Amino acid sequence: MSVLVYTESENRKFKKNAFEVAAYAFEVARIMGTSVTAIAFHAEAPEDLGGYGVSRVLNVTTDTLQTFNARAYASVIAQAAQKEDATVIVISSSTDSRFLGAILAGKLKAGYVPNVVAAPESIAPLVVRRTVFSNKGFAHSQIDAAVSIIGVSNNAFGQKENAVEATVEGFEPTTSDSDFSTKSVEIDKVPGKTTIADADIVVSGGRGLKGPENWGMIEELAAVLGAATACSKPVSDLGWRPHSEHVGQTGKPVASNLYVAIGISGAIQHLAGVSASKVKVVINSDPEAPFFKAADYGIVGDAFQVIPELIEKLKEFKAQNA
Amino acid sequence: MKILVCISNVPDTTSKINFTSGDTKFDTTGVQFVINPNDEFGLTRAMWFKEKQGATLHVATVGGVGTEPTIRKALAIGADEAIRIDAEPTDGYFVARQLAEIVKNGGYDLIIAGRESIDYNGGMVPGIMAALLGMNFVNTCISLEIDENKVTAIREIDGGKEKIATSLPLIIGGQKGLVLESDLRIPNMRGIMMARQKKLQVVSAIDAPQATRDISFDKPAPKGQIKMIDSGNVGELVELLHNEAKVI
Repeated sequence: MSVLVYTESENRKFKKNAFEVAAYAFEVARIMGTSVTAIAFHAEAPEDLGGYGVSRVLNVTTDTLQTFNARAYASVIAQAAQKEDATVIVISSSTDSRFLGAILAGKLKAGYVPNVVAAPESIAPLVVRRTVFSNKGFAHSQIDAAVSIIGVSNNAFGQKENAVEATVEGFEPTTSDSDFSTKSVEIDKVPGKTTIADADIVVSGGRGLKGPENWGMIEELAAVLGAATACSKPVSDLGWRPHSEHVGQTGKPVASNLYVAIGISGAIQHLAGVSASKVKVVINSDPEAPFFKAADYGIVGDAFQVIPELIEKLKEFKAQNA
Repeated sequence: MKILVCISNVPDTTSKINFTSGDTKFDTTGVQFVINPNDEFGLTRAMWFKEKQGATLHVATVGGVGTEPTIRKALAIGADEAIRIDAEPTDGYFVARQLAEIVKNGGYDLIIAGRESIDYNGGMVPGIMAALLGMNFVNTCISLEIDENKVTAIREIDGGKEKIATSLPLIIGGQKGLVLESDLRIPNMRGIMMARQKKLQVVSAIDAPQATRDISFDKPAPKGQIKMIDSGNVGELVELLHNEAKVI
Protein backbone atom coordinates (compact mmCIF):
# COMPACT_ATOMS: atom_id res chain seq x y z
CA MET A 1 0.00 0.00 0.00
CA SER A 2 2.43 2.65 -1.19
CA VAL A 3 1.83 6.19 -2.38
CA LEU A 4 2.05 6.31 -6.19
CA VAL A 5 3.44 9.38 -7.94
CA TYR A 6 3.41 10.06 -11.68
CA THR A 7 6.69 11.74 -12.58
CA GLU A 8 6.61 13.50 -15.94
CA SER A 9 9.48 13.62 -18.35
CA GLU A 10 10.16 15.27 -21.66
CA ASN A 11 12.71 13.87 -24.10
CA ARG A 12 13.46 11.25 -21.43
CA LYS A 13 14.51 13.86 -18.84
CA PHE A 14 12.42 14.51 -15.75
CA LYS A 15 10.59 17.81 -15.69
CA LYS A 16 11.13 20.07 -12.70
CA ASN A 17 7.64 19.30 -11.41
CA ALA A 18 8.53 15.58 -11.26
CA PHE A 19 10.83 16.25 -8.30
CA GLU A 20 8.25 18.47 -6.61
CA VAL A 21 5.46 15.88 -6.84
CA ALA A 22 7.90 13.17 -5.69
CA ALA A 23 8.76 15.28 -2.62
CA TYR A 24 5.04 15.81 -1.98
CA ALA A 25 4.36 12.07 -2.25
CA PHE A 26 7.19 11.42 0.20
CA GLU A 27 5.55 13.76 2.72
CA VAL A 28 2.19 11.94 2.33
CA ALA A 29 3.92 8.55 2.67
CA ARG A 30 5.80 9.74 5.74
CA ILE A 31 2.53 10.69 7.48
CA MET A 32 0.90 7.41 6.39
CA GLY A 33 3.92 5.35 7.43
CA THR A 34 4.52 3.91 3.98
CA SER A 35 6.84 4.43 1.00
CA VAL A 36 6.68 6.05 -2.42
CA THR A 37 6.56 4.28 -5.77
CA ALA A 38 6.92 6.38 -8.91
CA ILE A 39 5.61 5.61 -12.36
CA ALA A 40 7.74 7.08 -15.16
CA PHE A 41 7.77 6.71 -18.94
CA HIS A 42 11.07 6.18 -20.75
CA ALA A 43 12.98 8.08 -18.08
CA GLU A 44 16.70 8.33 -18.80
CA ALA A 45 17.78 8.46 -15.14
CA PRO A 46 14.89 7.04 -13.06
CA GLU A 47 17.16 6.55 -10.04
CA ASP A 48 17.38 10.36 -9.67
CA LEU A 49 13.96 10.25 -8.01
CA GLY A 50 15.64 8.67 -4.98
CA GLY A 51 16.90 12.13 -4.11
CA TYR A 52 13.32 13.17 -3.44
CA GLY A 53 12.17 10.20 -1.40
CA VAL A 54 11.09 7.69 -4.05
CA SER A 55 11.99 4.10 -3.04
CA ARG A 56 10.83 2.32 -6.17
CA VAL A 57 10.49 3.46 -9.75
CA LEU A 58 8.37 1.62 -12.30
CA ASN A 59 9.94 2.77 -15.53
CA VAL A 60 7.76 2.00 -18.54
CA THR A 61 9.78 1.42 -21.70
CA THR A 62 7.04 0.17 -24.02
CA ASP A 63 7.72 1.51 -27.54
CA THR A 64 4.19 2.81 -28.11
CA LEU A 65 4.36 4.87 -24.91
CA GLN A 66 7.31 7.09 -25.79
CA THR A 67 5.23 10.21 -26.31
CA PHE A 68 2.47 11.49 -24.09
CA ASN A 69 -1.00 10.14 -24.78
CA ALA A 70 -3.45 11.01 -22.00
CA ARG A 71 -5.73 8.02 -22.35
CA ALA A 72 -2.94 5.47 -22.69
CA TYR A 73 -0.88 6.98 -19.89
CA ALA A 74 -3.95 7.10 -17.62
CA SER A 75 -4.56 3.44 -18.34
CA VAL A 76 -0.96 2.57 -17.44
CA ILE A 77 -1.04 4.62 -14.23
CA ALA A 78 -4.31 2.93 -13.27
CA GLN A 79 -2.64 -0.46 -13.74
CA ALA A 80 0.33 0.63 -11.65
CA ALA A 81 -2.04 1.86 -8.91
CA GLN A 82 -3.76 -1.50 -8.87
CA LYS A 83 -0.48 -3.41 -8.82
CA GLU A 84 0.81 -1.27 -5.95
CA ASP A 85 -2.56 -1.25 -4.18
CA ALA A 86 -2.09 2.53 -3.95
CA THR A 87 -4.80 4.52 -2.18
CA VAL A 88 -3.15 7.88 -2.84
CA ILE A 89 -1.86 8.99 -6.25
CA VAL A 90 0.07 12.25 -6.60
CA ILE A 91 0.32 14.14 -9.91
CA SER A 92 1.37 17.64 -10.98
CA SER A 93 -0.78 20.51 -12.28
CA SER A 94 0.82 20.60 -15.72
CA THR A 95 -1.50 20.65 -18.71
CA ASP A 96 -0.68 17.00 -19.42
CA SER A 97 -1.19 15.84 -15.84
CA ARG A 98 -4.51 17.62 -15.56
CA PHE A 99 -5.55 16.01 -18.85
CA LEU A 100 -4.79 12.48 -17.67
CA GLY A 101 -5.73 13.10 -14.02
CA ALA A 102 -9.40 13.46 -14.88
CA ILE A 103 -9.40 10.29 -17.00
CA LEU A 104 -7.62 8.46 -14.20
CA ALA A 105 -10.21 9.67 -11.67
CA GLY A 106 -12.98 8.30 -13.89
CA LYS A 107 -11.23 4.96 -14.36
CA LEU A 108 -10.52 4.43 -10.66
CA LYS A 109 -13.72 6.11 -9.35
CA ALA A 110 -11.27 8.21 -7.37
CA GLY A 111 -11.70 11.49 -5.55
CA TYR A 112 -9.51 13.95 -7.46
CA VAL A 113 -8.50 17.28 -5.95
CA PRO A 114 -6.33 19.50 -8.18
CA ASN A 115 -4.56 22.81 -7.37
CA VAL A 116 -3.40 21.57 -3.96
CA VAL A 117 -1.06 24.03 -2.28
CA ALA A 118 0.11 22.28 0.90
CA ALA A 119 0.79 18.91 2.51
CA PRO A 120 -2.41 17.14 3.67
CA GLU A 121 -4.07 18.62 6.76
CA SER A 122 -5.19 15.16 7.76
CA ILE A 123 -4.82 11.66 6.31
CA ALA A 124 -7.93 9.85 7.64
CA PRO A 125 -10.04 11.42 6.33
CA LEU A 126 -7.77 12.91 3.68
CA VAL A 127 -8.12 16.71 3.71
CA VAL A 128 -6.10 19.04 1.50
CA ARG A 129 -5.98 22.77 0.90
CA ARG A 130 -6.47 23.90 -2.68
CA THR A 131 -7.07 27.13 -4.56
CA VAL A 132 -10.57 27.90 -5.86
CA PHE A 133 -12.16 30.82 -7.71
CA SER A 134 -8.98 31.25 -9.75
CA ASN A 135 -6.80 31.93 -6.69
CA LYS A 136 -9.29 34.33 -5.12
CA GLY A 137 -9.95 31.77 -2.37
CA PHE A 138 -8.90 28.46 -0.82
CA ALA A 139 -10.97 25.37 -0.03
CA HIS A 140 -10.25 22.65 2.49
CA SER A 141 -11.39 19.62 0.55
CA GLN A 142 -12.06 16.16 1.92
CA ILE A 143 -11.77 13.09 -0.26
CA ASP A 144 -14.35 10.42 0.51
CA ALA A 145 -13.46 7.84 -2.16
CA ALA A 146 -11.35 4.70 -1.70
CA VAL A 147 -8.67 6.12 -4.00
CA SER A 148 -7.47 9.74 -3.81
CA ILE A 149 -5.71 11.71 -6.53
CA ILE A 150 -3.90 14.84 -5.40
CA GLY A 151 -2.87 17.35 -8.07
CA VAL A 152 -0.10 19.49 -6.59
CA SER A 153 -0.05 23.12 -7.66
CA ASN A 154 3.07 24.19 -9.49
CA ASN A 155 5.77 25.58 -7.21
CA ALA A 156 3.54 25.31 -4.11
CA PHE A 157 5.42 22.61 -2.20
CA GLY A 158 8.98 22.89 -3.47
CA GLN A 159 11.51 20.28 -4.58
CA LYS A 160 12.37 19.12 -1.08
CA GLU A 161 15.21 16.66 -1.01
CA ASN A 162 14.93 13.39 0.95
CA ALA A 163 17.64 11.01 -0.18
CA VAL A 164 16.68 7.34 -0.23
CA GLU A 165 17.95 4.42 -2.28
CA ALA A 166 15.71 4.02 -5.31
CA THR A 167 15.34 0.65 -6.99
CA VAL A 168 14.29 0.74 -10.62
CA GLU A 169 11.99 -1.89 -12.10
CA GLY A 170 10.55 -2.38 -15.52
CA PHE A 171 6.78 -2.33 -15.82
CA GLU A 172 4.94 -3.83 -18.74
CA PRO A 173 1.39 -2.60 -18.86
CA THR A 174 -1.24 -3.96 -21.18
CA THR A 175 -2.63 -1.49 -23.69
CA SER A 176 -5.45 -1.80 -26.19
CA ASP A 177 -6.11 -0.10 -29.53
CA SER A 178 -8.75 2.14 -27.95
CA ASP A 179 -6.03 3.63 -25.71
CA PHE A 180 -4.53 5.13 -28.86
CA SER A 181 -7.69 6.29 -30.60
CA THR A 182 -6.58 9.92 -30.22
CA LYS A 183 -3.28 10.36 -32.03
CA SER A 184 -0.72 13.11 -31.83
CA VAL A 185 -0.04 14.33 -35.36
CA GLU A 186 2.27 17.25 -34.76
CA ILE A 187 3.72 19.20 -31.84
CA ASP A 188 4.42 22.88 -32.29
CA LYS A 189 6.72 24.00 -29.52
CA VAL A 190 9.95 25.97 -29.41
CA PRO A 191 12.52 23.50 -28.06
CA GLY A 192 14.40 24.57 -24.97
CA LYS A 193 12.25 27.65 -24.33
CA THR A 194 11.22 28.12 -20.70
CA THR A 195 7.44 27.74 -20.43
CA ILE A 196 5.14 29.68 -18.12
CA ALA A 197 4.28 26.43 -16.33
CA ASP A 198 7.90 25.59 -15.50
CA ALA A 199 9.42 29.02 -15.04
CA ASP A 200 10.81 30.35 -11.76
CA ILE A 201 10.50 33.85 -13.19
CA VAL A 202 7.88 35.20 -15.59
CA VAL A 203 8.16 38.54 -17.41
CA SER A 204 4.83 39.77 -18.68
CA GLY A 205 3.85 42.68 -20.93
CA GLY A 206 0.59 44.55 -21.33
CA ARG A 207 -1.00 47.11 -23.59
CA GLY A 208 1.27 49.75 -22.11
CA LEU A 209 3.96 48.47 -24.46
CA LYS A 210 2.00 49.98 -27.35
CA GLY A 211 2.65 47.29 -29.97
CA PRO A 212 4.13 43.88 -30.75
CA GLU A 213 7.23 45.53 -32.25
CA ASN A 214 8.23 46.58 -28.72
CA TRP A 215 8.48 43.04 -27.34
CA GLY A 216 12.20 42.85 -28.03
CA MET A 217 13.02 44.39 -24.66
CA ILE A 218 10.59 42.02 -22.90
CA GLU A 219 12.34 39.07 -24.55
CA GLU A 220 15.72 40.50 -23.61
CA LEU A 221 14.71 41.06 -19.99
CA ALA A 222 13.36 37.51 -19.88
CA ALA A 223 16.60 36.17 -21.36
CA VAL A 224 18.71 37.96 -18.74
CA LEU A 225 16.51 36.59 -15.95
CA GLY A 226 16.13 33.10 -17.44
CA ALA A 227 12.42 33.81 -17.44
CA ALA A 228 9.40 32.82 -19.51
CA THR A 229 7.49 35.55 -21.36
CA ALA A 230 3.78 36.14 -20.84
CA CYS A 231 1.17 38.78 -21.66
CA SER A 232 -2.15 40.21 -20.56
CA LYS A 233 -5.49 39.30 -22.14
CA PRO A 234 -5.86 42.44 -24.31
CA VAL A 235 -2.41 41.78 -25.78
CA SER A 236 -3.37 38.24 -26.82
CA ASP A 237 -6.81 39.40 -28.03
CA LEU A 238 -5.10 42.02 -30.21
CA GLY A 239 -2.91 39.27 -31.63
CA TRP A 240 0.33 40.93 -30.49
CA ARG A 241 1.31 37.70 -28.74
CA PRO A 242 0.07 34.09 -29.01
CA HIS A 243 -2.76 32.93 -26.79
CA SER A 244 -0.46 30.45 -25.08
CA GLU A 245 1.24 33.45 -23.44
CA HIS A 246 -2.01 34.89 -22.05
CA VAL A 247 -2.01 34.67 -18.26
CA GLY A 248 -5.04 35.31 -16.10
CA GLN A 249 -8.37 33.80 -15.26
CA THR A 250 -9.25 32.56 -18.76
CA GLY A 251 -5.61 32.11 -19.72
CA LYS A 252 -2.80 30.34 -17.93
CA PRO A 253 -2.27 30.56 -14.19
CA VAL A 254 1.16 31.70 -13.02
CA ALA A 255 2.76 30.41 -9.84
CA SER A 256 6.34 31.58 -10.30
CA ASN A 257 8.75 32.83 -7.65
CA LEU A 258 8.96 36.21 -9.37
CA TYR A 259 6.41 37.84 -11.66
CA VAL A 260 7.34 41.06 -13.41
CA ALA A 261 4.38 42.97 -14.92
CA ILE A 262 5.22 45.70 -17.40
CA GLY A 263 2.55 48.03 -18.71
CA ILE A 264 -0.24 45.89 -17.23
CA SER A 265 -2.84 47.85 -15.27
CA GLY A 266 -4.05 44.81 -13.30
CA ALA A 267 -7.65 43.85 -14.10
CA ILE A 268 -9.18 41.63 -11.42
CA GLN A 269 -9.05 38.60 -13.75
CA HIS A 270 -5.34 39.14 -14.39
CA LEU A 271 -4.56 39.59 -10.70
CA ALA A 272 -6.40 36.35 -9.90
CA GLY A 273 -4.41 34.42 -12.49
CA VAL A 274 -1.02 35.54 -11.21
CA SER A 275 -1.74 35.81 -7.49
CA ALA A 276 -0.06 32.49 -6.70
CA SER A 277 3.28 34.04 -7.68
CA LYS A 278 5.41 34.71 -4.64
CA VAL A 279 6.96 38.08 -5.47
CA LYS A 280 5.40 40.57 -7.86
CA VAL A 281 7.05 43.57 -9.44
CA VAL A 282 4.95 46.16 -11.27
CA ILE A 283 6.32 48.71 -13.69
CA ASN A 284 3.70 51.11 -14.98
CA SER A 285 3.54 54.76 -16.02
CA ASP A 286 0.18 55.19 -14.29
CA PRO A 287 0.59 55.54 -10.51
CA GLU A 288 -3.12 54.72 -10.12
CA ALA A 289 -2.83 51.30 -11.84
CA PRO A 290 -4.67 48.79 -9.62
CA PHE A 291 -1.79 46.32 -9.92
CA PHE A 292 0.30 48.43 -7.51
CA LYS A 293 -2.10 47.41 -4.72
CA ALA A 294 -1.34 43.73 -5.32
CA ALA A 295 2.41 43.98 -5.83
CA ASP A 296 5.50 43.76 -3.62
CA TYR A 297 7.71 46.19 -5.52
CA GLY A 298 6.67 48.96 -7.84
CA ILE A 299 8.20 51.50 -10.17
CA VAL A 300 6.15 54.32 -11.62
CA GLY A 301 7.83 55.13 -14.86
CA ASP A 302 8.02 54.80 -18.61
CA ALA A 303 8.73 51.19 -19.52
CA PHE A 304 10.80 52.34 -22.51
CA GLN A 305 13.25 54.00 -20.12
CA VAL A 306 12.99 51.69 -17.11
CA ILE A 307 13.32 48.32 -18.88
CA PRO A 308 16.55 48.99 -20.84
CA GLU A 309 18.07 50.31 -17.62
CA LEU A 310 16.84 47.32 -15.66
CA ILE A 311 18.41 45.02 -18.25
CA GLU A 312 21.74 46.85 -17.86
CA LYS A 313 21.63 46.66 -14.06
CA LEU A 314 20.76 42.96 -14.17
CA LYS A 315 23.65 42.29 -16.53
CA GLU A 316 26.00 44.08 -14.14
CA PHE A 317 24.54 42.12 -11.23
CA LYS A 318 25.03 38.86 -13.07
CA ALA A 319 28.59 39.74 -14.00
CA GLN A 320 29.38 40.45 -10.33
CA ASN A 321 27.67 37.33 -9.02
CA ALA A 322 28.80 34.96 -11.74
CA MET B 1 -24.38 15.26 -35.81
CA LYS B 2 -25.88 15.62 -32.35
CA ILE B 3 -23.99 17.89 -29.96
CA LEU B 4 -24.32 18.32 -26.22
CA VAL B 5 -22.71 21.38 -24.65
CA CYS B 6 -22.27 21.08 -20.88
CA ILE B 7 -22.65 24.38 -19.10
CA SER B 8 -21.63 25.55 -15.66
CA ASN B 9 -23.37 28.45 -14.00
CA VAL B 10 -20.55 30.54 -12.49
CA PRO B 11 -19.92 33.96 -10.97
CA ASP B 12 -18.96 36.62 -13.49
CA THR B 13 -15.15 37.01 -13.76
CA THR B 14 -15.27 40.42 -12.06
CA SER B 15 -17.02 39.03 -8.94
CA LYS B 16 -15.64 39.70 -5.49
CA ILE B 17 -15.26 36.37 -3.73
CA ASN B 18 -16.57 36.04 -0.18
CA PHE B 19 -17.66 33.13 1.97
CA THR B 20 -20.58 32.79 4.37
CA SER B 21 -22.20 30.39 6.90
CA GLY B 22 -19.03 30.17 8.96
CA ASP B 23 -16.86 30.07 5.82
CA THR B 24 -18.55 26.90 4.58
CA LYS B 25 -20.37 28.39 1.57
CA PHE B 26 -19.71 30.78 -1.27
CA ASP B 27 -21.52 34.05 -0.65
CA THR B 28 -23.74 34.72 -3.67
CA THR B 29 -24.91 38.12 -2.41
CA GLY B 30 -24.71 40.63 -5.23
CA VAL B 31 -23.01 38.13 -7.54
CA GLN B 32 -23.96 38.00 -11.19
CA PHE B 33 -24.00 34.48 -12.63
CA VAL B 34 -23.02 33.74 -16.23
CA ILE B 35 -22.27 30.86 -18.58
CA ASN B 36 -18.78 29.63 -17.63
CA PRO B 37 -16.43 31.40 -20.12
CA ASN B 38 -14.71 28.15 -21.17
CA ASP B 39 -18.15 26.65 -21.91
CA GLU B 40 -19.21 29.75 -23.82
CA PHE B 41 -16.31 29.36 -26.26
CA GLY B 42 -17.49 25.76 -26.78
CA LEU B 43 -21.12 26.79 -27.20
CA THR B 44 -20.12 29.33 -29.84
CA ARG B 45 -18.12 26.70 -31.74
CA ALA B 46 -21.10 24.36 -31.48
CA MET B 47 -23.29 27.08 -33.06
CA TRP B 48 -20.93 27.03 -36.04
CA PHE B 49 -21.47 23.27 -36.44
CA LYS B 50 -25.22 23.84 -36.16
CA GLU B 51 -25.28 26.61 -38.75
CA LYS B 52 -22.69 25.27 -41.22
CA GLN B 53 -23.01 21.51 -40.80
CA GLY B 54 -26.64 21.13 -39.72
CA ALA B 55 -25.88 19.79 -36.25
CA THR B 56 -28.53 19.48 -33.55
CA LEU B 57 -27.47 21.31 -30.42
CA HIS B 58 -28.53 20.57 -26.86
CA VAL B 59 -27.18 22.07 -23.66
CA ALA B 60 -27.15 20.52 -20.19
CA THR B 61 -26.33 21.72 -16.73
CA VAL B 62 -26.32 20.24 -13.26
CA GLY B 63 -27.87 22.75 -10.89
CA GLY B 64 -30.89 24.06 -9.04
CA VAL B 65 -33.73 26.14 -10.45
CA GLY B 66 -31.57 29.25 -9.98
CA THR B 67 -29.40 28.20 -12.93
CA GLU B 68 -32.28 28.47 -15.41
CA PRO B 69 -31.59 32.07 -16.54
CA THR B 70 -28.10 30.92 -17.55
CA ILE B 71 -29.46 27.93 -19.51
CA ARG B 72 -32.08 30.18 -21.12
CA LYS B 73 -29.26 32.39 -22.30
CA ALA B 74 -27.71 29.38 -24.06
CA LEU B 75 -31.09 28.75 -25.71
CA ALA B 76 -31.31 32.42 -26.67
CA ILE B 77 -27.86 32.17 -28.27
CA GLY B 78 -29.22 29.32 -30.38
CA ALA B 79 -29.21 25.91 -28.66
CA ASP B 80 -32.25 23.81 -29.65
CA GLU B 81 -33.09 22.20 -26.33
CA ALA B 82 -31.88 22.29 -22.74
CA ILE B 83 -31.68 19.75 -19.94
CA ARG B 84 -31.27 20.65 -16.30
CA ILE B 85 -30.30 17.90 -13.90
CA ASP B 86 -31.81 18.96 -10.63
CA ALA B 87 -28.93 18.65 -8.12
CA GLU B 88 -26.27 20.82 -6.53
CA PRO B 89 -22.98 20.45 -8.44
CA THR B 90 -20.57 20.17 -5.51
CA ASP B 91 -18.29 17.37 -6.74
CA GLY B 92 -16.73 16.71 -10.16
CA TYR B 93 -17.23 12.95 -10.06
CA PHE B 94 -20.91 13.31 -9.16
CA VAL B 95 -21.47 15.89 -11.92
CA ALA B 96 -19.67 13.74 -14.50
CA ARG B 97 -21.86 10.75 -13.60
CA GLN B 98 -25.01 12.84 -14.10
CA LEU B 99 -23.89 14.19 -17.47
CA ALA B 100 -22.64 10.77 -18.61
CA GLU B 101 -26.14 9.44 -18.02
CA ILE B 102 -27.58 12.16 -20.30
CA VAL B 103 -24.98 11.33 -22.97
CA LYS B 104 -25.71 7.61 -22.75
CA ASN B 105 -29.43 8.12 -23.23
CA GLY B 106 -29.19 10.94 -25.75
CA GLY B 107 -26.99 9.41 -28.45
CA TYR B 108 -24.67 12.40 -28.76
CA ASP B 109 -21.74 12.37 -31.19
CA LEU B 110 -19.90 15.33 -29.73
CA ILE B 111 -19.86 16.54 -26.14
CA ILE B 112 -18.33 19.93 -25.49
CA ALA B 113 -17.49 20.99 -21.95
CA GLY B 114 -15.12 23.68 -20.70
CA ARG B 115 -11.53 22.98 -19.71
CA GLU B 116 -12.59 24.00 -16.20
CA SER B 117 -15.26 26.04 -14.48
CA ILE B 118 -13.91 29.34 -13.26
CA ASP B 119 -15.46 28.89 -9.79
CA TYR B 120 -14.07 25.67 -8.32
CA ASN B 121 -11.48 25.08 -11.09
CA GLY B 122 -11.81 21.29 -10.85
CA GLY B 123 -11.25 20.74 -14.56
CA MET B 124 -12.24 17.09 -14.34
CA VAL B 125 -15.82 16.69 -15.53
CA PRO B 126 -15.14 16.06 -19.25
CA GLY B 127 -12.23 13.69 -18.49
CA ILE B 128 -14.19 11.64 -15.98
CA MET B 129 -17.09 11.44 -18.44
CA ALA B 130 -14.69 10.23 -21.14
CA ALA B 131 -13.44 7.45 -18.84
CA LEU B 132 -16.96 6.46 -17.77
CA LEU B 133 -18.20 6.34 -21.37
CA GLY B 134 -15.01 5.03 -23.00
CA MET B 135 -15.04 7.96 -25.42
CA ASN B 136 -12.23 9.85 -27.12
CA PHE B 137 -11.25 13.00 -25.26
CA VAL B 138 -9.23 16.10 -26.08
CA ASN B 139 -8.63 18.60 -23.29
CA THR B 140 -7.59 22.29 -23.47
CA CYS B 141 -8.94 22.20 -27.02
CA ILE B 142 -8.32 25.39 -29.03
CA SER B 143 -9.38 24.24 -32.49
CA LEU B 144 -11.90 21.66 -33.65
CA GLU B 145 -12.72 20.59 -37.22
CA ILE B 146 -15.06 17.73 -38.04
CA ASP B 147 -15.42 16.07 -41.43
CA GLU B 148 -17.99 13.25 -41.33
CA ASN B 149 -16.56 11.05 -38.59
CA LYS B 150 -13.02 12.39 -38.79
CA VAL B 151 -11.82 14.91 -36.21
CA THR B 152 -8.83 17.22 -36.30
CA ALA B 153 -8.27 19.04 -33.03
CA ILE B 154 -5.55 21.23 -31.60
CA ARG B 155 -4.89 21.28 -27.91
CA GLU B 156 -2.83 23.76 -25.96
CA ILE B 157 0.19 22.24 -24.23
CA ASP B 158 2.67 23.93 -21.90
CA GLY B 159 4.68 26.17 -24.19
CA GLY B 160 2.95 25.33 -27.46
CA LYS B 161 0.27 23.28 -29.14
CA GLU B 162 -0.39 19.76 -30.34
CA LYS B 163 -2.41 18.67 -33.35
CA ILE B 164 -4.52 15.58 -32.73
CA ALA B 165 -6.36 13.21 -35.05
CA THR B 166 -9.29 11.28 -33.65
CA SER B 167 -12.89 10.37 -34.42
CA LEU B 168 -16.45 10.75 -33.17
CA PRO B 169 -17.91 10.15 -30.67
CA LEU B 170 -15.73 12.65 -28.87
CA ILE B 171 -15.63 14.75 -25.70
CA ILE B 172 -13.65 17.96 -25.58
CA GLY B 173 -12.62 20.31 -22.80
CA GLY B 174 -12.75 23.64 -24.59
CA GLN B 175 -11.35 27.07 -23.90
CA LYS B 176 -10.54 30.41 -25.51
CA GLY B 177 -9.18 29.77 -28.97
CA LEU B 178 -11.99 27.43 -30.05
CA VAL B 179 -13.49 30.66 -31.32
CA LEU B 180 -12.25 34.23 -31.01
CA GLU B 181 -13.44 36.42 -28.17
CA SER B 182 -15.04 38.65 -30.81
CA ASP B 183 -17.09 35.69 -32.11
CA LEU B 184 -18.96 35.31 -28.81
CA ARG B 185 -22.63 36.15 -29.24
CA ILE B 186 -24.91 38.37 -27.27
CA PRO B 187 -28.50 37.05 -27.50
CA ASN B 188 -30.76 39.32 -29.54
CA MET B 189 -34.42 40.04 -28.79
CA ARG B 190 -35.63 37.44 -31.29
CA GLY B 191 -33.37 34.81 -29.71
CA ILE B 192 -34.61 35.68 -26.25
CA MET B 193 -38.25 35.43 -27.37
CA MET B 194 -37.64 32.11 -29.11
CA ALA B 195 -35.80 30.72 -26.10
CA ARG B 196 -39.01 31.01 -24.08
CA GLN B 197 -40.69 28.51 -26.42
CA LYS B 198 -37.82 26.03 -26.42
CA LYS B 199 -37.85 22.85 -24.40
CA LEU B 200 -36.13 23.00 -21.02
CA GLN B 201 -36.39 19.54 -19.55
CA VAL B 202 -35.78 19.06 -15.83
CA VAL B 203 -34.62 15.59 -14.82
CA SER B 204 -33.86 14.08 -11.43
CA ALA B 205 -30.30 13.19 -10.53
CA ILE B 206 -29.26 9.54 -10.61
CA ASP B 207 -27.75 7.94 -7.54
CA ALA B 208 -24.01 8.61 -7.59
CA PRO B 209 -21.37 9.04 -4.90
CA GLN B 210 -19.75 12.35 -3.98
CA ALA B 211 -16.03 11.62 -4.20
CA THR B 212 -14.97 14.92 -2.61
CA ARG B 213 -16.46 17.76 -0.63
CA ASP B 214 -15.32 21.19 0.43
CA ILE B 215 -15.45 21.45 4.21
CA SER B 216 -14.55 25.12 4.52
CA PHE B 217 -13.09 28.07 2.66
CA ASP B 218 -10.76 30.93 3.34
CA LYS B 219 -9.31 33.88 1.50
CA PRO B 220 -5.72 34.80 0.73
CA ALA B 221 -3.99 36.87 3.41
CA PRO B 222 -4.09 40.57 2.55
CA LYS B 223 -1.05 41.77 0.67
CA GLY B 224 1.60 43.62 2.65
CA GLN B 225 2.64 47.15 1.83
CA ILE B 226 4.22 47.67 -1.58
CA LYS B 227 7.74 49.06 -1.73
CA MET B 228 8.03 51.82 -4.32
CA ILE B 229 11.31 52.39 -6.10
CA ASP B 230 12.21 55.60 -7.88
CA SER B 231 12.37 55.20 -11.64
CA GLY B 232 15.76 56.92 -11.56
CA ASN B 233 17.16 54.26 -9.27
CA VAL B 234 16.41 50.95 -10.99
CA GLY B 235 19.51 49.38 -9.45
CA GLU B 236 17.72 49.40 -6.10
CA LEU B 237 15.13 46.98 -7.48
CA VAL B 238 17.85 44.53 -8.47
CA GLU B 239 19.38 44.86 -5.01
CA LEU B 240 16.01 44.27 -3.26
CA LEU B 241 15.13 41.28 -5.43
CA HIS B 242 18.49 39.74 -4.57
CA ASN B 243 18.93 40.59 -0.88
CA GLU B 244 15.39 41.01 0.43
CA ALA B 245 13.06 38.92 -1.76
CA LYS B 246 15.87 36.46 -2.61
CA VAL B 247 14.35 35.58 -5.96
CA ILE B 248 17.36 36.38 -8.18
